[in-house]
Amino acid sequence: MVPITTLHYLVVAAALFVLGVIGVLTRRNVVVVLMSIELILNAVNLNLVAFSRVWGLHGQIFSIFVITDAAAEAAVGLGILIAFFRNKETVNVDEVDLLKW
Amino acid sequence: MAQYFTGTDYLLSLPVVLLTLFALGILLIDLMLPKQLKWVNAVTAFAGVLFATAGVWRIQAVYAKGAGGYLGRFAFMQSMLVDRFAIYFFYLFLAGTALAILISVRYLEIENEHHGEFYALMLLSVVGMMCMAAGYDIVLIFIGLELMAISTYVLVGFLRRDRRSNEAALKYLLLGAFSSGIFAYGLSLFYGLTGSTNLRAIGNALQHQMMVRNGHADPVAVLALITTATGLLFKIAAVPFHQWAPDAYEGAPTSITGFMSVAVKAAAWAMLLRILVFGLYPLRSVYLPLIIFVSIATMTGANLAALTQNNLKRLLAYSSIAHVGYMLLGLVALASVDYTQPAFYDGFKGILLYLMVYTFMNLGAFAVITSLRNREVIGDEIDDIAGLYFRAPTEAIMMLIFLLSLAGIPPLAGFYGKYFIFLSLIESKHYVLASLAVLYAVFGLYYYMRIANSMLMREPLEKELLPLSWGMRAALGVTAVATVFIGIFPNWFIEAVNWSLGLTQATPIAGLMK
Repeated sequence: MVPITTLHYLVVAAALFVLGVIGVLTRRNVVVVLMSIELILNAVNLNLVAFSRVWGLHGQIFSIFVITDAAAEAAVGLGILIAFFRNKETVNVDEVDLLKW
Repeated sequence: MAQYFTGTDYLLSLPVVLLTLFALGILLIDLMLPKQLKWVNAVTAFAGVLFATAGVWRIQAVYAKGAGGYLGRFAFMQSMLVDRFAIYFFYLFLAGTALAILISVRYLEIENEHHGEFYALMLLSVVGMMCMAAGYDIVLIFIGLELMAISTYVLVGFLRRDRRSNEAALKYLLLGAFSSGIFAYGLSLFYGLTGSTNLRAIGNALQHQMMVRNGHADPVAVLALITTATGLLFKIAAVPFHQWAPDAYEGAPTSITGFMSVAVKAAAWAMLLRILVFGLYPLRSVYLPLIIFVSIATMTGANLAALTQNNLKRLLAYSSIAHVGYMLLGLVALASVDYTQPAFYDGFKGILLYLMVYTFMNLGAFAVITSLRNREVIGDEIDDIAGLYFRAPTEAIMMLIFLLSLAGIPPLAGFYGKYFIFLSLIESKHYVLASLAVLYAVFGLYYYMRIANSMLMREPLEKELLPLSWGMRAALGVTAVATVFIGIFPNWFIEAVNWSLGLTQATPIAGLMK
């Protein structure tokens, strides 16, 4: 039985971060892109909480702020998406094509 | 029990507190106002900015005199450092916001979207900016960044019925949130590496680690630096992280485009300088090649893309990206020498002076574009400005001044921003970069003169005179006078920048580096 160390948490966080980045870059649906951004922020939280096992409480406090920020961002994001959907009837990023070059 | 917050802390956060209270007040007053009295919100917001300015002035008078070698004061358990650098940026943000409020009123009435939330969000985003400029703890800097960014996302999408505005807000939000996520990941790694969220403690720990490893950086530190720098470069819109900027600038309400291009950009720069120069200074040999690459890419990409634009807002968006490229050269100069060298200070001075000059000239140019919005005309194509000289001669001449200043023609303000940047590049022996920058400045002249050509030489499409509101006249007057004045009497303003870096006192900024 391998004991679970801080490193294990960091590897999981790094994997989540990479998945989030891939999700943002490849997915078409805006809602899924927003979820991928949440994945990135959760990777940050996991990192911070894992590090605060070593360094003390600062990281946990930072992660509470990051959680709050993620909630605010999601709320504004969905609000903007609804305004967009009312005018254009789509949630696909590749149909967001009015502004280019 | 230790006393965590003292009265000093509250005085040092006075501008932030005042702006928050005014923003909340606007939200309440807005509920009571009938539709034709919505301009009261603008007056309230303007008063808020004035009160905050008075607060900053008070802080400057009490805590930044330089007595006893102190150029500023820590607040809230060292998470905030209100020093001269921060105070300089406070003034820039407040000036940019005041001017943007002046040009917004009539524009919002024409768009039929005159709501109190607009001004409240503007003030709240200034609160975020102040936290970024004065933040000395990565938690506070991150929260300030997000407060500014989220307020700006909503402001960009403020014209709910306009599809371009919706689309711009959506793109800005997705890319902005993505970059904030990457940035936060980098910050979490720095916390893990150094065990602190305080910038100075992070810098000291990194310095120590570099020494233990014989001057080589830890691979994890390099990863953390790259992710953090990606987030920072996204926020200042440097190529290759710039794609959100032209779209967000084109779709946003024009007065917000002006606001974003000066205040939001200055805040992003304040954050970048705080983190890269004050906090991560020991890693400068690692980020120097990255910044050199990004600055060349930014100047090349933005100047070439601007050549073919027909939309004025988009053209000025690319031009503002190009200006970021020049400012990054200042960072190149200051990162490639030690902080005892003159190139360090000239680079730093160049960036700060550039941001001040840019605030006035760019907001002036956007004010002119805002005034083109009329009942029937959207007014952001290069054809819409045709023959402006015959419809509003004074305004056309002011626009010419702004354009020449943006191009960096000597007797005007824009020249001095570029002057110190190029000087610092030569002092730090980056001759190739300096010549490249001069070459690209010529490209800039071409696309600015395209606007001037359309404005002065072509027949107007609309014949009647352009109506100008009083707020617009005031904003145009202030920006035009400032652009000319800084150009003719640069010494006072260079002194102000020296002051903000503490160069007129015995303890220069180097005291903070150690």
